[in-house]
Amino acid sequence: MNKVPLIHVTRRKDIFWVRAWLVRIIAVALALVVCGVITMMATGLNPIKVYAAMIDGAFGTSRRLWMLLQNIAILLCISIALAPAFRMRFWNLGGDGQALMGALGAAASMILIGDKVPNWLLILIMIVVSICAGALWAGIPAFFKARWNTNETLFTLMMNYVAVQLVAFFVIVWEVPKGAGKIGIINQNSNAGWFPQVGGQKYLLNVIIVSVLTILVFIYMNYTKQGYELSVVGESEPTARYVGIKVRRVIVRTMLLSGALCGVTGLLLVGGTDHTLTTTLVGGRGFTGVMVAWLAKFNPVFMVITSFLIVFLQRGATEITTTFGLNQSFGDIITGIILFFIIGCEFFLNYQIHFRKAHKEVA
Amino acid sequence: MERSPVIELKHITKRFGNNIANDDVSMEVYEGEILALLGENGSGKTTLMNALAGIYYPEDGQIFVRGREVNIHSPRTAFDLGIGMIHQHFKLVDVLTAVENIILGLNEKSRYDLKAAAARITEICDRYGFHVDPFQKIYTMSVSQKQTVEIVKVLFRGADLLILDEPTAVLTPQETEKLFNVLRNMKADGKSIIIITHKLNEVLEISDRVAILRKGKYICEIKTSEASVQQLTDAMVGHAVTLNIDRPVPVDPKDKIIVEHLTIRNSDGVAKLKDISFTARTGEILGIAGISGNGQKELLEGIAGLQKIESGSIRFVDDNGKETELVGMDPRKITDMGVTLSFVPEDRLGMGLVGNMNLGENMMLRTFRHSGGPFIDRKEPFHLAKRVIESLEVVTPSVKTAVRKLSGGNVQKVLVGREISSSPTVLLTAYAVRGLDINSSYLIYDLVNQQKKQGVAVVYVGEDLDVLLELCDRILVLCDGQVSAILDARKTDKQQVGLLMTKLGGEAANE
Repeated sequence: MNKVPLIHVTRRKDIFWVRAWLVRIIAVALALVVCGVITMMATGLNPIKVYAAMIDGAFGTSRRLWMLLQNIAILLCISIALAPAFRMRFWNLGGDGQALMGALGAAASMILIGDKVPNWLLILIMIVVSICAGALWAGIPAFFKARWNTNETLFTLMMNYVAVQLVAFFVIVWEVPKGAGKIGIINQNSNAGWFPQVGGQKYLLNVIIVSVLTILVFIYMNYTKQGYELSVVGESEPTARYVGIKVRRVIVRTMLLSGALCGVTGLLLVGGTDHTLTTTLVGGRGFTGVMVAWLAKFNPVFMVITSFLIVFLQRGATEITTTFGLNQSFGDIITGIILFFIIGCEFFLNYQIHFRKAHKEVA
Repeated sequence: MERSPVIELKHITKRFGNNIANDDVSMEVYEGEILALLGENGSGKTTLMNALAGIYYPEDGQIFVRGREVNIHSPRTAFDLGIGMIHQHFKLVDVLTAVENIILGLNEKSRYDLKAAAARITEICDRYGFHVDPFQKIYTMSVSQKQTVEIVKVLFRGADLLILDEPTAVLTPQETEKLFNVLRNMKADGKSIIIITHKLNEVLEISDRVAILRKGKYICEIKTSEASVQQLTDAMVGHAVTLNIDRPVPVDPKDKIIVEHLTIRNSDGVAKLKDISFTARTGEILGIAGISGNGQKELLEGIAGLQKIESGSIRFVDDNGKETELVGMDPRKITDMGVTLSFVPEDRLGMGLVGNMNLGENMMLRTFRHSGGPFIDRKEPFHLAKRVIESLEVVTPSVKTAVRKLSGGNVQKVLVGREISSSPTVLLTAYAVRGLDINSSYLIYDLVNQQKKQGVAVVYVGEDLDVLLELCDRILVLCDGQVSAILDARKTDKQQVGLLMTKLGGEAANE
């Protein structure tokens, strides 16, 4: 009992931002060192070469760079869609389904009226339909939450499976050729509903759209009355009611926005890049987006960094498994270690560790 | 008689970032005494006791228990040393029973024996004169019962030094008396008790010695038998304070809020208010007295448009004598009607303010809709925050500090400051000085009086009868959701109000 504890931990009140970033940088550096050691022990490879391969995989060629940017754009788009809902403490785990519904809306427009209206009108219809589809998919759980206080986490999660089944159904309805079980490239000959290429780059338009949306969501959340309202609702519903904020309306409105942005993600995938519809089109980004949003503390601008980090790790991991003929799991191990350190450093940002000095002599 | 100290604190220093919460504090506690730890909000009382209870670890200083130096690095160590703390916010699991809560976390090797534990609980209760049903679930208990469970929990673990953090803040006068009897029994049994408080009359009633902290520093200790209210106040505040509450005569009172036959049920269908009728007038303070939970909350929230009203009417009378029905309107509609109604609710951080937002952002809550366009005006609320900080002497690092980081008194000042900044015509306050120190309390009384002088109709729900009797013009006594009586505060006394609080219409007075 008389032993002086070696360390004790206290909560930090505030941390200077330079120091906070220093902690983060140290965390990344430590992660790289640990990964290096494990790489050497497990595979005998030179870790420097492995890292070089990761960077090469992400930035190596202009095609890789564009793939990286495209992936960041899509992940970021779905993450900023989740941000307002999360700020409102509405745990929208239905990003996948909402984006898929947006994709379904866009694909349906392309297939059903692709050759009946001029291209500009088609694209306009695609935008409207996919936004509405995404908003609808988020609006349903929001309505139930607002009206009967149902659990939004389960509700939005379940809506994902409904969306997947709906898409699976329509894939069979619209399959080309009959019996193929898939849609293939939509309007391959007419390119109707394909987004125009900007600057000769297939992915540039998506990157521009998502950049603009990110800034808009940032402004919406931090500088508008509606953004303020949703923060108050998230922090304390009684306070919101007390000052006359219509809580139900704010919940539904915010989720419509969240779903609409998810719908845009689906639209960008169908109209902008993939030009097809599959049940795995969104590929779990609705969940990865949750991590991106949390890591960035729901700040859309920080999400640029966190989504870059995650996409970079994913692409780098894929690259090293092919280059060095390693098991796919090895890339996951590296990704896991790096994320562990980055998330773990939050502890050091929130808490301070004191090492007990040798006790003063009692006079 | 020379007694040896049970606990000795020597040169305890505890910092939070750049704030020094405890600055070189040394003090002792003896066996079989009740020590009152007195100080204003933020003077470091709770921090110091948390260091004893193993919640905080001081940067510097030594703690001796029965002459032996110890390091208390966890609440468990504190328990092993016989130190038990009853916190202001109870730490109980609502869905469990009393006995389950009490044995929770005890590191026994064998299986939990609830029956034996219950028997021991009953034994402890009998010894000190309180009552707990070991198998009652916590969520069905009143605040005072929960507090009893907390005390039993500490005794069950063999504590012989009990620290109580503001134990009377949530109790009625009768419950307080009961608690004090228990404390006296414990003292007779040789236990040492530290009671953190800033209610001076209680200090004088219960304690043997008073230790006073101010701004983290140990100021002095006084024998209670030799102390006076004025002396304690001055030592606590650091300068002389006048302890009189002003009560100007109402000027030209006019009816402002007319409540008739109001009935409100809670979500379980229980009637919290039954057929209430009264009138609040301009330039007058209408006090609401009653044991807590007798409909005070529902009454104020009903007027503010936050409660579903079953029947009755609440009418607002404007300056021209035109009456507007408020029943069925939400707070937004009430504001849009031009009724400037300010409301200081009981649960400051749960309803009045947003804890995670800073002072400026909290000022916006009321006014953010007023500016045109979709964007929010941040400038004006931050100016207002600065004005409130200045005029009400709010202690805060900056306007950009999250409100939850402020002490209770400062939180209340921010809330009251915002509510009166809109120059209201009606001011509703619920337990405006709960948990506030003497300086802050008198500041709040002054503010309420200022509003009264400006012709505001004030409805003041309070718990301290002495204050209600000094501050208010009329007092409405609630009992079981009904109006027990409406009294002229100048012509009544504590005895009468107390009776009306417990018996409808005070029939007991004639028995």
